[in-house]
Amino acid sequence: MIDRDTVLHVATLSRLELRDDEIEPMARELSAVLGHLETIGELDLDGVEPTTTVVEDRSPLRADEPHRSLPREVALREAPDASDDGFRVPSPQA
Amino acid sequence: MTDPISLSVVEAASALRRGDLSQDELFTAYRDRAAADDTNSFTWLADDLQAGLGGRDAAPGTDRPLAGVPLAVKDLFCVTGVPTASASNLLRGYRPPYTATAIDRLQHEGATILGKTNQDEFAMGSSNENSAFGPVLNPWDRTKVPGGSSGGSAAAVAAGLAPAAIGTDTGGSVRQPAALCGVVGLKPTYGTVSRYGMIAFASSLDQAGPITRNVADAAVLFRAMTGPADRNDMTSIGWAGQAAGIEVPSAERLDGVRIGVPTELLGEGVEPGVRASFDAALARAEELGATVVPIDLPHARHALSAYYLLAPAEASSNLARFDGVRYGNRADIGDGGLVELYTRTRHDGFGPEVKRRIMLGTYALSSGFYDAYYRRAQQTRTKIVEDFAAAHRDVDLIATPTSPTVAWGLGERTDDPVAMYQADVTTLPQSLAGVPAISIPCGLSDGLPVGLQLSGAAFSEQRILDAAHALEQVLGFDASPARRRGPAAPDAPAATGKDAA
Repeated sequence: MIDRDTVLHVATLSRLELRDDEIEPMARELSAVLGHLETIGELDLDGVEPTTTVVEDRSPLRADEPHRSLPREVALREAPDASDDGFRVPSPQA
Repeated sequence: MTDPISLSVVEAASALRRGDLSQDELFTAYRDRAAADDTNSFTWLADDLQAGLGGRDAAPGTDRPLAGVPLAVKDLFCVTGVPTASASNLLRGYRPPYTATAIDRLQHEGATILGKTNQDEFAMGSSNENSAFGPVLNPWDRTKVPGGSSGGSAAAVAAGLAPAAIGTDTGGSVRQPAALCGVVGLKPTYGTVSRYGMIAFASSLDQAGPITRNVADAAVLFRAMTGPADRNDMTSIGWAGQAAGIEVPSAERLDGVRIGVPTELLGEGVEPGVRASFDAALARAEELGATVVPIDLPHARHALSAYYLLAPAEASSNLARFDGVRYGNRADIGDGGLVELYTRTRHDGFGPEVKRRIMLGTYALSSGFYDAYYRRAQQTRTKIVEDFAAAHRDVDLIATPTSPTVAWGLGERTDDPVAMYQADVTTLPQSLAGVPAISIPCGLSDGLPVGLQLSGAAFSEQRILDAAHALEQVLGFDASPARRRGPAAPDAPAATGKDAA
């Protein structure tokens, strides 16, 4: 059901590298899982509203006011590669 | 003097207040046991009481309700300066700059942190075998899984390595390991406890909850966890006022309580020994005055399909933040570019189950499949919410076995994701409905614990706790075998795989 091309397409969307020997097993496992989940295709759901969250009518919103966030040096502390004032990354063009 | 290890949270807090026991004595007693643990329940242990303060300058006064009670905390809770990896290689070594609100509330009430507990990576799993720190062994039988994803939390409590633990439950991750390890696990109503600082899996389902030796302790910890959050934390529904009114359960009878049993969830797959234990527990409930009636949850059998589309979809979005830029580990890509940095970091950092779920979720959300999978799953969720609402017009509580089986053998289901997902079939409907549910041990089958799950309408925690407490008294489950099989020598070397403290 899920073929090699689909796996590669979804992996690209997922920003996930898969080695050659990981593609076929992934296709097989996803096919098995999706095959099992197909039972929701049997239900008559015409006109049923989707539920995103069960607390929609109770979810609070904070006031839209500026407030202090983490100090820069604390925010940068756990970065794998940081400069004095930001996160360092390779060029998107490389 | 009483053995400190024998005390529940309520008893230990009381002994500490009376001065019968010092905070150091209690902490050290557990620290020594946990350091000699052979179940691999912990990913990090505090060296001493000071290290267990997790970013706080000083221990709170002895007047706090949980003053000096050491807790085991699931690895995915951020704690200032304490290794927090959600059991993933991608985050191994990460030390957060802030503390999760749920844990902060417990610290505010006086609790200290004994250690971080092992779990399935990013809480994805039902056996604790998907952990970068290795599997956790079930204290009842070390050839069996403890359940998951809060497997280390449940095993630590069962083995007497901590008085209680904090876990998270997205599709059953507090209740199912509690059941498989013979302890109590409470998943509160969705939204009652802040998610701030919990490393997110599926945000519309993730819910923190306590894992304890008894129901009274679950009530005390739940009340403490729900305290008021920071004014900018909008991940809970502001229920602190009501939660403050949660009382330690003392009910002895179940007169007038109507318990529904959904026949749809008792079919194929429920082991005979589990069924026998469950039926016996319901008979005890009737002796206490409860009325037990069959009910219909017609869409409950579709919960598994809906959950394994919705949760991976949300995970695929939540886990996009792990890209090797702001925190965690980064793959070495030589002269590669930014996209390669992302894709290689995620390839090297995530384990197989996390990759499967990211792929599954991305697929369900992708153009052309969104309506057939993601939207249908959300619509199915609506039907499940309606099923529970309809059922609760007739009954107060809904009872099922927490898990269709007792703990299974390590490695038995690791090659078959579908078989693994089946483990959650009786906990997923309540998760999708967002209702509160508790698992209490109700007997043994083949020498392994069986869990009874009681759920109720949203915000009916007090009723659930009362009923669970009343049943707990008459069931008289003996949890001592798991503790006795625990480590004997406090100075044995610590289990491998831990981060250095």
